[in-house]
Amino acid sequence: MIPAHAIGVYRRNSWLLGWGGAFAVAIVVWLGADWWQWAVKAPKELSWHVEALGSCTSVRYCVTGFMKWMLGNEAYLFPWTFKEFTRAVAACIEMPYQFIRALLSTGFEIPLGNGEIWSIPAVSWIGLTIVTVLFAWRIKDGMLAVIVLLSFLCLVGFGQWESATVTLASIMVAVPIGIVFGVALGILGYRHKRFEQAIMPVLDLMQTVPIFAYLVPVLFMFGFGPVSAITATVIYAMPPMVRITILALHSVPFEIKEFGKMAGCNRRQITWRVLIPSAKPGLMVGVNQVIMLSLNMVIIASMIGAGGLGFDVLASLRRQAIGDGIEAGVAITLIAIVLDRLSQAWAVRGTAHHPSETPRNWFNQYRNTAYALVILLATTAAGFVVPFFSQWPETLELTTGQFWNDLVKWININFFDQLEAFKVFILLNILKPVKLFLLSLPWVVVLLFLAVAGLQLGGWRLAVLVVSLALFILITGQWEKAMITVYLCGISVVFASLIGMTVGVFASRNPVFKKIVIVSIDTLQTLPSFVYLLPVVMLFRVGDFSAMVAVVLYALPPAIRYTLYGIENIHESLVEAAKTSGCTRWQLLSKVQIRLAWPEIMLGVNQTVMFALSMLVITALVGTRDLGQEVYIALTKADVGRGLVAGLSVAFIAIITDRLISAAARRRKAALGL
Amino acid sequence: MARPEPILTCEHVWKIFGKNAERIFDGVPSTSEITSEDLRAASLIGAVREATIEVAEGEIFIIMGLSGSGKSTLLRCLSRLIEPTTGVITFEGENLLTKSEKEMIQIRRHKMGMVFQHFALMPHLTVLGNVAFPLEVQGIDRNSRHQKAREVIDLVGLSDRESYYPRELSGGQQQRVGIARSLAVEPKIWFLDEPFSALDPLIRREMQDEFLRIQSVLSKTIVFITHDFNEAIRLADRIAIMKDGAIIQVGTPEELVRTPADSYVEEFTNDLTKSKVFTARSVMAPKDPSLPSGGSVPDSIKIEEIAAEIVASEQPYDVVDAQGNIVGQLAREAVIDVLVGN
Ligand SMILES: Nc1ncnc2c1ncn2[C@@H]1O[C@H](COP(=O)(O)OP(=O)(O)O)[C@@H](O)[C@H]1O
Ligand SMILES: [Mg+2]
Repeated sequence: MIPAHAIGVYRRNSWLLGWGGAFAVAIVVWLGADWWQWAVKAPKELSWHVEALGSCTSVRYCVTGFMKWMLGNEAYLFPWTFKEFTRAVAACIEMPYQFIRALLSTGFEIPLGNGEIWSIPAVSWIGLTIVTVLFAWRIKDGMLAVIVLLSFLCLVGFGQWESATVTLASIMVAVPIGIVFGVALGILGYRHKRFEQAIMPVLDLMQTVPIFAYLVPVLFMFGFGPVSAITATVIYAMPPMVRITILALHSVPFEIKEFGKMAGCNRRQITWRVLIPSAKPGLMVGVNQVIMLSLNMVIIASMIGAGGLGFDVLASLRRQAIGDGIEAGVAITLIAIVLDRLSQAWAVRGTAHHPSETPRNWFNQYRNTAYALVILLATTAAGFVVPFFSQWPETLELTTGQFWNDLVKWININFFDQLEAFKVFILLNILKPVKLFLLSLPWVVVLLFLAVAGLQLGGWRLAVLVVSLALFILITGQWEKAMITVYLCGISVVFASLIGMTVGVFASRNPVFKKIVIVSIDTLQTLPSFVYLLPVVMLFRVGDFSAMVAVVLYALPPAIRYTLYGIENIHESLVEAAKTSGCTRWQLLSKVQIRLAWPEIMLGVNQTVMFALSMLVITALVGTRDLGQEVYIALTKADVGRGLVAGLSVAFIAIITDRLISAAARRRKAALGL
Repeated sequence: MARPEPILTCEHVWKIFGKNAERIFDGVPSTSEITSEDLRAASLIGAVREATIEVAEGEIFIIMGLSGSGKSTLLRCLSRLIEPTTGVITFEGENLLTKSEKEMIQIRRHKMGMVFQHFALMPHLTVLGNVAFPLEVQGIDRNSRHQKAREVIDLVGLSDRESYYPRELSGGQQQRVGIARSLAVEPKIWFLDEPFSALDPLIRREMQDEFLRIQSVLSKTIVFITHDFNEAIRLADRIAIMKDGAIIQVGTPEELVRTPADSYVEEFTNDLTKSKVFTARSVMAPKDPSLPSGGSVPDSIKIEEIAAEIVASEQPYDVVDAQGNIVGQLAREAVIDVLVGN
């Protein structure tokens, strides 16, 4: 047997050897940079000559070619060609969408035989507001009803109703599709271990590939329009539903499953009568997730054809007319808040017994639905007589657009110097040097460091994984852009983590502050990521600095949350032991709490990285020159290969960081014996 | 006394958890030759080992053992919720292990009922919905299933709670629902897996009385699991004691107390109030006609119930059987011996 201290010495030595060796190689490469140019400057995209084509091809051309081949009439997805398949899918999405949109927003126009058109108006805004408010009241309380009422009045009053209903229509199509497919895949995953193992990495990838990258192939398949937008939304919002379904089904108490069998349920009955209803609370969390993620997609989806509020925001961002965008952005946030609260209330709504035995009949069962229908019909019909019922009069519309534009102007006139000084200071002293440093790093050295980190933290498998992912980025010619992504993301994460940890630590000591912090981060997280861009662009205009600020804001919540969670989860007795041994508050914090919470904090940093990366791609809109921009350009050119390759590169950066940090957190946890 | 025909038997049943568990029997002439060492060497878990029991029609058969001794696994083998690794299980004279999935569904629907330790009620159904559920999956129409469900809900005394949801009920009430639900299909055999273990001691006692009352009405064949020897003694016709997956001894409560198979069984019986187990017949002496009689007691009565009376009396009591014949006599000293635990 090897004595324990000997193992310790050996470990430390191998650690020194690994990193020392890597540093030595780095210095050698750096000194010999003039001789070994190939090892320093990242190579051009790898391409090879194909005799048959008589030209060169590369990974991204292959992808584009493959897509084209699929869409041509040759690829069979039994029994249809791929093209017929996409058309069928498009029809399935288009029809309900058009119907709901007509119902909520535009009204129906039904041509009668004799050339006349019978037009039915859309549902009255008054009716929809009353019904939703009553619904909120019924499933939760007066408070929620008031929130719903105020939000709806805001939508109407600021003239956002029309766009809001268009957005709502696409959400109302995307969410059910996402739920149905998510639950179906989840059930398959629950039933078949193999399927679960196959689908999990795909879900991981789907959640790390930046949203923009989906847009390109979707756009390619369905063309510009609401179908593409809804499809992309579903792809983006569905993965958590699959995961949560599998998890919720697995966590149905063992005895309930056995009871299902003992009652003589067949397989179908066990799934639909026993498992799914018992797992309902868990599934509802998934439903809430799907709704929130769909809303998060609203603005991005408008790049490929979703109209409504998302389009308004995007258009104003493009015109840099912030004032116009803010109202639409706030409207999206209001819808997000309302749908979030409603779906959460619906999930935990207490079904209690009915004390008085009301006779069960058709009317009693559907009474509330019937009342709702009557209200909707009555108010809509009233619209024929009183125009107020069908449309909020334009003269009463409020607008704050001018105010915001003026505010921006005012800030820029009065605080331009201060803001600019701050921005330039950070740019010159932090952003630029880090960027230059990262760009000058020889790729050989980066790969070497990744390999050593992988080996040290998780063994050779991890090392092989991270190095091959990095190699993909290298051979597809994305190295430089990837480095810019790493630099922006890295700096933002450092800032976000520092701020997040500080806030988290303070929140853990002061209950009042904690409450405020939690409410704020909950609200921050319901905001669609785009909304963060508006005020930032307002203050700092476009560029790396704005991108960084937006990313820091967006990535802050997980850092705070995990720090708080980590510190609060330390066992009470440990804290007491430290106190009784005479620790000062600072010692308690630095010597006990932070150390023990470290694994959690690392996981928080990990989440921060994921959030930062997903936001970073969006900031391509404010003019960064990284992988995000690459995806964005591909999107505008509908270049599938380029978009996917760049998107995958972002995903791979995310996966590399995730695997390395998780491995480190696991090691730390094991070392602490947690 | 001839026992009625067994309705459920299991012979040489093994349940071994682990990879390739069934391979351990390859080339072994008799399953009983597999030892704990063999299992350990193959890093397998022998949850049930060589279990053989017979459950007679209408009896309360209790499986008793410490936690982890394999009771639940054995019970689930009997209903084939868990597939035994080897062995034979017969139910109503037919081998259960050769039944197809479809046949098992029919058997479970019509002939088996089960009560679970943690109730296993479905959170989204009312009491009525829960109890009617087994009937519903059979496709019985709403009116008849609700009528039947109301009957059993009445039997467990919850008629005023039928429109409540499980989480609105106390633990004891929830288990009453569990009991009602398992009885709704009028099962031939009734499995209960530690039904009262999750309840407070006071409620547990009340539920045991309730259980005995229900059984006096229905006379089901029952396989009941518990880790509580006192509970076993109170309820059982016969008890099987399990340890490390094997059945050590099967017998009436009295047989276990009188002739424990080994020190493990004796452990259980030690802190037991013997007066609750022993009947007048089991401690009586032969009738000595020369002594005057202080009174008479039936032979099947538990000592506990007559102790005060006999100890207070100078003369021994006559013990009479069901036909009224005097079969022996019970002196004060014998009763005191039982009371002090000798
Ligand atoms: N699915 C399983 N896989 C592996 N071991 C199991 C499994 N189920 C039960 N066991 C083991 O079998 C033994 C008996 O378990 P169980 O029948 O639940 O005991 P009891 O009900 O008497 O407490 C225990 O040691 C338990 O760990
Ligand atoms: Mg058990």
